[in-house]
Amino acid sequence: MFQTLLRKRDFYAGGLMVLLGAGVTLNSTTYTTGTLMHMGPGMFPFILGIVLTFIGILIFGTALLTPLGEDEHILPRSKEWRGWGCILAGPILFIIFGEFLGMVAGTFACVFVSALGDRTATLKSSFLLAAGVTFFGVLLFSYVLQIPFPMFRWGR
Amino acid sequence: MIATAFTDLWYGFGVALEPHNLMWCFIGVLVGNMVGVLPGMGPLATISILLPLTFGIHPVGAILMLAGVFYGSQYGGAICSILLNLPCHPPHAVTCLDGFPLTKQGRGGAALGITVISSFVGASWGITEMIFLSPVLVTVALKFGPAEICSLMLLGLLAGSTLARGSPLKGVAMTVVGLLLGIVGSDIETGTPRFTFGIPNLFDGVEIVALALGLFGIAEFMKSVNQLSEVDTKYSHVKFRDLRPSKEELRRAWPAMLRGTLIGSLCALIPGTGPTIASFVSYATEKKISKTPELFGTGMIEGVACPEASTHSSVQGDFIPTMSLGIPGDAVMALILGALMIQGIVPGPQLISEHPDIFWGLVASFWIGNIILVILNVPMIGLWVKLLTIPYKYLYPSALFFVCIGVYSTNNDMFQVGETIIIGLVGYLLLLLDFHPAPVLLGFVLGPRFEENFRRAMLISRGDVLVFVEHPISAVFVGLCVLLIVTQIYVRLRKPKALLTELELNADPNAIAPVEP
Repeated sequence: MFQTLLRKRDFYAGGLMVLLGAGVTLNSTTYTTGTLMHMGPGMFPFILGIVLTFIGILIFGTALLTPLGEDEHILPRSKEWRGWGCILAGPILFIIFGEFLGMVAGTFACVFVSALGDRTATLKSSFLLAAGVTFFGVLLFSYVLQIPFPMFRWGR
Repeated sequence: MIATAFTDLWYGFGVALEPHNLMWCFIGVLVGNMVGVLPGMGPLATISILLPLTFGIHPVGAILMLAGVFYGSQYGGAICSILLNLPCHPPHAVTCLDGFPLTKQGRGGAALGITVISSFVGASWGITEMIFLSPVLVTVALKFGPAEICSLMLLGLLAGSTLARGSPLKGVAMTVVGLLLGIVGSDIETGTPRFTFGIPNLFDGVEIVALALGLFGIAEFMKSVNQLSEVDTKYSHVKFRDLRPSKEELRRAWPAMLRGTLIGSLCALIPGTGPTIASFVSYATEKKISKTPELFGTGMIEGVACPEASTHSSVQGDFIPTMSLGIPGDAVMALILGALMIQGIVPGPQLISEHPDIFWGLVASFWIGNIILVILNVPMIGLWVKLLTIPYKYLYPSALFFVCIGVYSTNNDMFQVGETIIIGLVGYLLLLLDFHPAPVLLGFVLGPRFEENFRRAMLISRGDVLVFVEHPISAVFVGLCVLLIVTQIYVRLRKPKALLTELELNADPNAIAPVEP
């Protein structure tokens, strides 16, 4: 019983909402709640937190009541760790390289790394794509739209 | 009333035909169509990515461009679903059912031609509705006090989250999460920073662009990476002259188009039932009244004409509550409303009288934009077909760059890029747990106004919660909310199995989408 429960998606979905709701409710008591007539900043989040906790419990309840689905996994069947990692790493590198080396380096790093997330991607294809996007991207954003973001810089 | 409507419309055409507005409308439609055609890019992703580009433009131009992007990407999505059997946008899931078999029979061009015509018919009717209904709604809405606004918003939020996709319970949960995200930042009345965790960049609240791009950009890319198989384009050779449907096809499509338009406009009137439900209902109706229902799914031209007409008529209808009441029906409308708010325009019933150029310009631009679309799509179909073959592995890295630079450019702040990454990661986790992120945006956009009106209503009523049922108009809205919840519970408890599978099939486009070619 408990074993099957642990494999259900709704178990985690409900649990997450309960945790979130309870957290918000607790946190909102650090602000002034006030009265219903003169509501303080804490009142609205307090109400919402309770509502969310309640919904979380309901979702949790559906997990208990419904049978386990045939194909129920939390993670999708094919685990794309490389893809997920590269997609998250791209924007992170954009921040780091963009902040310290400028737009060209940031753009290149972002596209190059995230392109590697595809299984069929090679270093060469990613390089070419990154070079192309950097060229046209800088053209569009620096020259046409004139975003205040230096193309090259060194340090902050 | 008709005379004033025409005067206003005339004025609107004046606004929309100003050269720079016309240019933004054209750019919006073109880019929207182009991006919408790309496999794996729905209207939500398209609008979110292009949203930052509109910040530098004058409000009227910006809103015309965004609306153009929206219906342009819908046209693009139709091309994608008919020629490739890939519905990028849920309403198109049913178009695939008959559109793709037609493509396999070599009539894909005709199906596209019919799509263009029926979208135009549907949209025209929706626009007409908008012209006449919006002013009426405004006169009613201007009499609303905070209690009425509050319960109306509650109805909008509930309808938007329970009638959309997937489990209604999870939809409501996502709306509450959206409302909570809207709270982050300084409190409007006291200025107390709430849920900012001491980070000064969060004092202004969560940036809508970061939220939209995280949920519909990064999270979507994480879902689709390596999942979209190489698209099969062996059927999708469509040329300019193929677009003309035969007389026989036109004769069969006409009544279907009109029925679809009617169903779409009816669906638009019920809050929360957006284009997706409209297209499913119209397809089902068409199948039911057809003399040969068994032929549906094998390439019936009616099965393309009807859902497309109803989608477009209901999409235009969705603009009515968005523009006249300031209450969006779905995430796309919430984004457009968010764009208006970024431009410093307060949504609500006063919008039409305070900014007639925006409202009437938008109405007129719908027609102009739809005509531009027809003109664009007919000769450029060859180019669109070429675009279909761009593999996803080149698409998403380039889109990620647009996400990063777009978020950065809203405030020239790298912190927001980080915010987007975190929202994207959390959004993907929520997707894995079967939560649909669209209602988050709905709650986020309405949240601050909801809280403000709630507080005001409670202040006026001296803390009496019963005020929401004592005012008659507000009581009607509350009653509708209760009705909505009760029907949802009833539907789920009554026939859990048969109906659930049917609902699931209707609700989840992926359930029927990947028909092997």
